[in-house]
Amino acid sequence: MVHTTLSAPPAAPSLVHRATRLRAGLADVWADMNWILRCTAILGIVLVALALAAPLIAPFDPNAQSLLSRLKPPMGLAGAKDGYLLGTDELGRDILSRCLHGLRLTLGVALLGAVIGLLLGGSLGLLAGIAGGRVDDLIMSLVDIQIAVPFTLVALLTVALLGGDLSVLIAVLGIAYWEQYARITRGEVLRLREMPFIEAARAAGASGWRIAVRHILPNLISPLVVVFTVNISNIVLLESTLSFLGLGLRPPTATLGAMVGMGRDYLPSAPWIVAAPALLILLVTFVIQMLGDFLRDRTDVRLRER
Amino acid sequence: MLEYALARLLRMIVTMFVIVTGVFFATRLSGNAVDFIGGEGLSAADRATLVAYYGLDASWFEQYWRYLRALAEGNFGISLLERRPVSTIVLERIGPSLQLLAGAVLLTLAVAVPAGTLAAVYRKSWAGSMIMGVAFLGYAIPNFVLAVLLILTLSFWLGWLPSSGNGSLAHFVMPVVALSAFYIASLTRFTRNAMLDVLSQDYLRTARAKGLAEPRVIFKHALRNALITVLSVLGLQIAGLAAAGNVVIETIFAWRGIGEMLVTAALRRDYPVLQFGVIAVALAVILINTLVDLAYGAADPRVRLARS
Repeated sequence: MVHTTLSAPPAAPSLVHRATRLRAGLADVWADMNWILRCTAILGIVLVALALAAPLIAPFDPNAQSLLSRLKPPMGLAGAKDGYLLGTDELGRDILSRCLHGLRLTLGVALLGAVIGLLLGGSLGLLAGIAGGRVDDLIMSLVDIQIAVPFTLVALLTVALLGGDLSVLIAVLGIAYWEQYARITRGEVLRLREMPFIEAARAAGASGWRIAVRHILPNLISPLVVVFTVNISNIVLLESTLSFLGLGLRPPTATLGAMVGMGRDYLPSAPWIVAAPALLILLVTFVIQMLGDFLRDRTDVRLRER
Repeated sequence: MLEYALARLLRMIVTMFVIVTGVFFATRLSGNAVDFIGGEGLSAADRATLVAYYGLDASWFEQYWRYLRALAEGNFGISLLERRPVSTIVLERIGPSLQLLAGAVLLTLAVAVPAGTLAAVYRKSWAGSMIMGVAFLGYAIPNFVLAVLLILTLSFWLGWLPSSGNGSLAHFVMPVVALSAFYIASLTRFTRNAMLDVLSQDYLRTARAKGLAEPRVIFKHALRNALITVLSVLGLQIAGLAAAGNVVIETIFAWRGIGEMLVTAALRRDYPVLQFGVIAVALAVILINTLVDLAYGAADPRVRLARS
């Protein structure tokens, strides 16, 4: 601490302060969790760590085929081949390596998609709430259209038609749930606008921009964090559904959904091809949903007593 | 009320227009259909003939204009691959999709409402926690993973049910279960929350205070009030069931419905089928949403008043 305050420029103490506040906040969250939630959180950290470390810890190249070791069962079953912990698929590729890389891709793409949705929806919602009038009407009718059209279908068709490029996929996933952020942001802005402290800021001569950034934005963070968390799980689902149907990234790219989709043909003879990626998808969505639920209950005071 | 209905109608029309336009240009952007129909060994002259034959040589905007005019006349086009009117193809597919949908809605209602009610009534005991735990799993499991697990266990290992196709009653079981699991889970949670809201109301205390038996309090006084919320949520879910869930589940189980048709048409670039299929599904979803909204207004006077 001493070291930081001595050598850092004047802005640094606030950064340090923020870091300590974040740590205190995280400790608070941890204290509020029961043991199930704590296990879930740890599981989540493990999954993220596995995804990050995938290129380092994966024992094989995820796309390396080996015709001699096709359809080998996982270790411990009869006919297993040494080194292939979770067995191999129909082209002799190591399932563990593919799972790790698939997890990395799925989480990365989902995170990117959720961030795009947050930026897009958040800024449109902020604009709608602050500008009001025609702008508000236009943005809200866009929201209505997005709600009326089942987006899974749109995503499916877009990716099917425009091809399984990473950029197309990320764009689709980014647009998928923007309207949720927009609605929440707009609603909160409308609510906050009438609050006395905003009025006070306005009376003190703060510009509209300053009010938006300094006074309204900080208050939006916690509702948006909740939507963001739940959204990541929705996006994981959407992405794996697309890849499952063979409409996601082109093979041989390893994605969890595609592994389940391709492995489906070998279900009776080699169920392990499907088992590992399916379980991983399930774990990812489970962890995110649990944490999202917890965060929502925590921010929503009305639900506390339940 | 009339003004509201008109505004609603206008919004429906705008939405449909956006969808029609979006699908039209997305299909055009994705490449020429002829390249997918003709295959590899198509000579340049033959290709040109085919392109002209399908009217794909005109500019996009001319094609678009032609398409809109045809739509207005009730002419939805002819499938590029099957050479049959698109409307016939879609009509054939609606039946199986509706059957699946009806099955899923019935199952959802039959499971979720009792489960959610029980979870609310026994919220402090293990039974309530267990129901919500199972509901949470149903909420988190992707429908295609569930479908694959069902096929693996019930078809391949136990051999009880056919793994794909439609025909007998046994064909229904797995698609319906896989399709409704998510909706059962989420409706159970909604039912529980709605029941909890109602259970804390004063009129329930009154009902108990005047000596009514507990089942009567729960079913007559509480559940009936909670059902308004529950049914409106279900209505909105039907829209999702009809569109998104069906596409995935139908594809997995080779169920010859609209969803499976859409995926096939998209992969084979059968523009007319794709366009009309999307229009049909979107229209169905919008209609369902509107009907739910109107029904909700009719069922609950407070909503009606809030609007006017």
